[in-house]
Amino acid sequence: MKYAFSFVAVLALVIIAWLGSMIPGLQYLFGIAIPYLAIMIFLGGFIYRVVQWAKSPVPFSIPTTCGQGKSLDFIKQDKLDCPTRASEVAARMFLEIFAFRSLFRNTKSELHEGPKITYESSRWLWLAALLFHYSFLIIVIRHMRLFLNPVPQWLQFLGFLDGGAMLQVGAPLLYASSLGLLGGVVFLFGRRLVNRNVRYISLANDYFPLFLIFAIAVTGMLMRYFLRTNIDIVTIKELLVGLVTLHPVINAEIGSIFYIHVFLVSALLVYFPFSKLMHMGGVFMSPTRNMPNNSRAKRHINPWNDPTIKPHSYAGYEDEFREFMVDAGIPVEKELPPRKDEE
Amino acid sequence: MALAKLEQLSKSVVQGPSLATGAQPTKDWMDTPAIFKEGNFAYPAKQEKVEYLDSQDGIDFPNARIWSPDEDDWKLPENWQSIILKGLKERLDKFRSLKIFMDCCVRCGACADKCHFFLGTGDPKNMPVLRAELLRSVYRNDFTLAGKLFGKMAGGREMTVGVLKEWFMYSYQCTECRRCSVFCPYGIDTAEVTMMIRELLHLVGIGINWILEPASNSNRTGNHMGLQPHTFKDNVDFLAEDVEALTGVKINHSFNRKGAEVLFITPSADVFAEPGLYTAMGYLALFEQIGLDYTWSTYASEGGNFGLFTSNELMKKLNAKMYAEAKRLGVKYIIGGECGHMWRVVHQYMDTMNGPADFMEVPKSPITGTVFENAKSTKMIHISEFTADLIKHGKIKFDPSRNANVKATYHDSCNPARAMGLMDEPRYILDHVVPGWVEMPENTIREQTFCCGSGTGLNTDEIMELRMRAGLPRANAVKHVIDKHDVNMLSCVCAIDRATLTSLMDYWNPGCGVCGISELVGNALIMDNEKRAMGYGADGTESELPDGLRTMV
Repeated sequence: MKYAFSFVAVLALVIIAWLGSMIPGLQYLFGIAIPYLAIMIFLGGFIYRVVQWAKSPVPFSIPTTCGQGKSLDFIKQDKLDCPTRASEVAARMFLEIFAFRSLFRNTKSELHEGPKITYESSRWLWLAALLFHYSFLIIVIRHMRLFLNPVPQWLQFLGFLDGGAMLQVGAPLLYASSLGLLGGVVFLFGRRLVNRNVRYISLANDYFPLFLIFAIAVTGMLMRYFLRTNIDIVTIKELLVGLVTLHPVINAEIGSIFYIHVFLVSALLVYFPFSKLMHMGGVFMSPTRNMPNNSRAKRHINPWNDPTIKPHSYAGYEDEFREFMVDAGIPVEKELPPRKDEE
Repeated sequence: MALAKLEQLSKSVVQGPSLATGAQPTKDWMDTPAIFKEGNFAYPAKQEKVEYLDSQDGIDFPNARIWSPDEDDWKLPENWQSIILKGLKERLDKFRSLKIFMDCCVRCGACADKCHFFLGTGDPKNMPVLRAELLRSVYRNDFTLAGKLFGKMAGGREMTVGVLKEWFMYSYQCTECRRCSVFCPYGIDTAEVTMMIRELLHLVGIGINWILEPASNSNRTGNHMGLQPHTFKDNVDFLAEDVEALTGVKINHSFNRKGAEVLFITPSADVFAEPGLYTAMGYLALFEQIGLDYTWSTYASEGGNFGLFTSNELMKKLNAKMYAEAKRLGVKYIIGGECGHMWRVVHQYMDTMNGPADFMEVPKSPITGTVFENAKSTKMIHISEFTADLIKHGKIKFDPSRNANVKATYHDSCNPARAMGLMDEPRYILDHVVPGWVEMPENTIREQTFCCGSGTGLNTDEIMELRMRAGLPRANAVKHVIDKHDVNMLSCVCAIDRATLTSLMDYWNPGCGVCGISELVGNALIMDNEKRAMGYGADGTESELPDGLRTMV
């Protein structure tokens, strides 16, 4: 029932924005104050979290090596999966961040009679994750045209590409990214319900962002494809350009659907730094991925290394076992003392 | 507890109602307590072992006592909760990995079925993600804003005795093999998490004997087995005699010899028990043949380091003997034998903890002149690197037919594979020393290799069923090549493997042996002035002994 709670929470956010935006005067709260506050919390929170991570040192060199390391000349190094140079690490990180390479490795294991365990490649999650994240990215970039005046050429071109002439339905272009995001969210949600492992590990914190993003996508698509007459795009553009230039104005009625959309986005921004969504920052800083595998060639420094931790000394060892060592003909540092000296 | 019969366990693994076999648990994991019964936990550390470690400079092992996991009362210190939370805070400040791994998991479940413990037991808390959640839930509750505000709704959980018991159970059902971290999109490494949990548990006097006794032995006598100097020497001497009996070549080896060029350190298990003994014989034969100027040490007579499974402080203390001894003896560099976790420590921790080793020289093979640039700071090279280089330069000759009765496959040990990237050197050696060998399926080798199921100090007999379950994915892959290619030997470069895979093969794949790569090297090696011992076959013809090094012991 963890998803029910998250669903209700998102529904509550929708209702708050819907009712609130209809109260005269509160449009300024939902259209201006809350978005500003949300952006500040997002930026401040994001930076705070990254700084907090960065404050803890990386005491040891712990890359996960996923291929042959650099050793002898005739042994071929896997530079991507077991990097030693900064450029190789950068390549590994690039593919990790932009192509979700580790997820691409995913396999599905099954137990059969015998017993026999089988493994098969399983890339649905990888595919859905790519679809979801890139659609989201394109949508965010595409939205810039609402904040910029005039709209740069490249942004118009992106919208054109995303619209893809083939997908034209009715008057507004149907963006591939709209479908991608919605499809991605539905898959990720469905997977949480259907895959028994994932179902068992899922927390309310996992369902909430999915519902929230789903609601954001749906309200956005409603505005673009279905409720175009309910909103005033000119007023919206004035407001959003105003937000960016720090002179926000609301010149006319806009329509509740807009305020709901903006409120949900604000909620996402506020939620972001305090949640698992911070994986966006964390993926850059994971020590098992962003470190070179050169710890025998170059000494890694641990700032809190404790120099007072010494081995049990050789002298202490020899003192305890000297007699045996001498008997066995093992070289010693000190000759056997006279017996009476022993404690 | 008696170990379940093969048929029973085979059925139980596949049909038993578990998450791995398709049953959906009805209770939330937070409401499912850990229940201890004989057979599902490793015995707690003996009080005197904990007290001994606590008495040593630089390390703390407080709250030593007699306790047992299957009793309700674990006799925790009064303020155990604040000790744990304070300990967690300290570690969050010391390890970025811990912070990131606590914060970034999205519970995508990619790691879930990658863990050998999960595949073998079907216990949901053996999914790496849930194992980490055991700690993460407490972290959320006490160290994050969301957890402080929303508590359980945000996945937070108060630190209770029940949680502590779960920590004990599942941090000791993890062999810190890092397989999950290969598949995680953020590289979250459960080893980092369970290492932290184990450290925290030690703060309140909870540890297992199979780890802490060898660790205290290692501190005092120099090795896990507790072999005193004369015994250690005797053992190696016996092996040298055995090599001589087979090859007719006298082995010249030495102990604690100052001025030797190389210090050789291998896990003490190699000089203690089968089949590691044969691997040690392989080292002796190889070094004799090339005339290496090297010495063994009785003081640093352990390659392995059970500190890795305990705390970073103990790891450092035990590891420090290697450099201390190298310095005392004045060697130029160190060669390390075949061992998995030893090489994790040597490769990823040693230089940081106990370096810089500026009193030694960059390792240079006296036979081939090869300079090991990859170890120019640590000054320690792996025997497989050293041997592969000798082979490449044609400095040693083999008669692979001496391994004619061996049809080998190769098991990548977790640590050399995933914490070092040592994968192709042993394979290169295999190519030259056996008539033929085969790979196991691709999802079970190299960076995807499966643990033996008994690493990180879990190779103790009281949890044999757990070990056989956890080792099933490895055993199953071996069975695949046994059925398909008549494999009869599982080769590896790990001392723990040599012991644990032997039990695992005896159980799941009887008839399949286990050996170190250096055993196969020693066996196939053509030595100068050799006079191999001969035997008579069933038909009365005289030939070399088919079992090679194994004939002697």
